Amino acid sequence: MSLSLVVFYLLGAICLGGAVGVVVSRNVVYAALLLLVSLIAVAGLYLLLLAEFLALVQLLIYGGAITIVVLFVIMLTRVQEFRAMTDNPQWPLAIVTSLAVFALLAAAMIKGAPSETTRQSVDFQELGDGLFAQWAVPFEVASLVLLVALIGAIVIAREKEIE
Amino acid sequence: MSLIHFQVLSAALFSIGIYGVLARRSAVLILLSLELMLNAVNINLIAFAAYGQQAQATGQIIAIFVITVAAAEVGLAMAIILRLFRDRASVDVDEVDLMKW
Repeated sequence: MSLSLVVFYLLGAICLGGAVGVVVSRNVVYAALLLLVSLIAVAGLYLLLLAEFLALVQLLIYGGAITIVVLFVIMLTRVQEFRAMTDNPQWPLAIVTSLAVFALLAAAMIKGAPSETTRQSVDFQELGDGLFAQWAVPFEVASLVLLVALIGAIVIAREKEIE
Repeated sequence: MSLIHFQVLSAALFSIGIYGVLARRSAVLILLSLELMLNAVNINLIAFAAYGQQAQATGQIIAIFVITVAAAEVGLAMAIILRLFRDRASVDVDEVDLMKW
């Protein structure tokens, strides 16, 4: 077994373990922190796939920004309420559905597996050229999406003005 | 280690996310499960980009867009959850049924 395969299984175990923790944890703060563990393992998987830039972006945006926002919201909404929060009565159905989706996806992927190829990295120049030349318009639209989301979030979350 | 390893891992992560979205009652936890699903999609995209034979930058660029949209989505969803909590003193999605037919 090669070293990279060992690393893959290790990171995969951390990632899936954290993900299971997120969906079964009774404490919402633990769930958010386990999500962080899972997302950092995903950043490791990106490194394994020779996507250094994406690994960095993953750490910055998910590790730095999204987890912090989630923790802030948990802090601002009362924590005591989450403690007693149970799952839906439909959870057995949810298990069946998720297992069915997994079986379907895995079967389709194994059946349609492409021929063996080796990993190749994308150099930064190629990535930048693609992002700012070929994908320039979607890139600008993405910045507009972020701006609109920002304004929308402020408008939705602010206190009602006293009239 | 080949493409199929990453594909099966991402399928597993996606299924865990689906379970979370369907079984949880707290809006915050549903959002966290959604993030898991988006990450599964990203793993798949980047794995195909790494193992594919051509146009490899495209896979990574689409993954960057997915991350951007995820960030926007989290910001908006958190604002909605805050609003919900302020108006109803609850983040239980079972209690939010105003638009349910």
